[in-house]
Amino acid sequence: MRAQYPANIRIIKLPCTGKVSEIHMLKAFESGADGVYLVGCEEGNCHFLTGNLRARKRVERVKRILEHIGIEPERLAMYNLSAGEGTRFVQYAKEMTEKIRELGPTPIKPKKQEIGTERFEVQ
Amino acid sequence: MVIGEGKPIEEVLSMISDKKKILVVGCRGCVTVCSAGGEKEVSILSSAIRLAREKEGNPIEIREETIERQCDNEYVEELRGYIDEYDAVLSMACGVGVQFLAERYRKIPIYPALNTTFIGGTLEQGVWVERCQACGNCILDKTGGICPVARCSKSLMNGPCGGSSNGKCEINPEIDCVWQLIYDRLKELGTLEIFEEVVPIKDWSTSRDGGPRRIDREDLKL
Repeated sequence: MRAQYPANIRIIKLPCTGKVSEIHMLKAFESGADGVYLVGCEEGNCHFLTGNLRARKRVERVKRILEHIGIEPERLAMYNLSAGEGTRFVQYAKEMTEKIRELGPTPIKPKKQEIGTERFEVQ
Repeated sequence: MVIGEGKPIEEVLSMISDKKKILVVGCRGCVTVCSAGGEKEVSILSSAIRLAREKEGNPIEIREETIERQCDNEYVEELRGYIDEYDAVLSMACGVGVQFLAERYRKIPIYPALNTTFIGGTLEQGVWVERCQACGNCILDKTGGICPVARCSKSLMNGPCGGSSNGKCEINPEIDCVWQLIYDRLKELGTLEIFEEVVPIKDWSTSRDGGPRRIDREDLKL
């Protein structure tokens, strides 16, 4: 299709949005993400039946947590589309980017990710 | 099992507002089953606390651990090696766990991250209901396995009262009249004659009304 979407988005591919847990969303914010969004199948058309519905509930829960700790819940969102809708994917990407641009950068300084160095020590 | 519910995060944050380094301890027992204080909830709460503290420019260091049960000293002991390094401990267990930790680790404040609510069971995923009041003198044999102490608004021994209406309770119309349920069950069991036996006045001294309780099993003591 070769449609262009904003370059500031890092995509993490999953078999289903149902794989996303609350902790993944929270850790993304801890790592310094200005915004986090999930893109899943249309409701009623989840390939795994209810994965996207579970994801929706988890997103709502994390939004409430963010609200209680003083971070704008709009920084987290979930969109639904069909796998073939490339243009809609681009539209959501632009929409989210614009929303986050308006909200401004995250108040969280990114936590340094520690990669276990023990594994890489060569004897 | 014991059912608990996470405290509002604002309350938890105010408990640890002046602490720089804390240990958050979960429990793999009851609170894991009711999704309030297990390993998953430990990581979610710790992440939320770190975010909140980072935002206010007062970062906090958190170690996350979950032990088998906080109501058994053999598991509580597992924390001894490193617990002294922390300014405070947030226990995500029920009230028993918080107290067991506090008794064992006297020099460090132990704070509750949950409100322990009742003894109950899972109706369906995400729904827990109270079923037992731990009255110490079970009469479930006389009531077809349905408890009037825990489930009757008036804890009547011989019901229903005059307020039972269409199977619902007059005190709280959202709950079933448990004596209606008991009648229906005894009818199903074909033992309605038990319903007509008068249950005597309850001796509440076996319940918490008689003071904090204790069991000593001499046959089990080492």
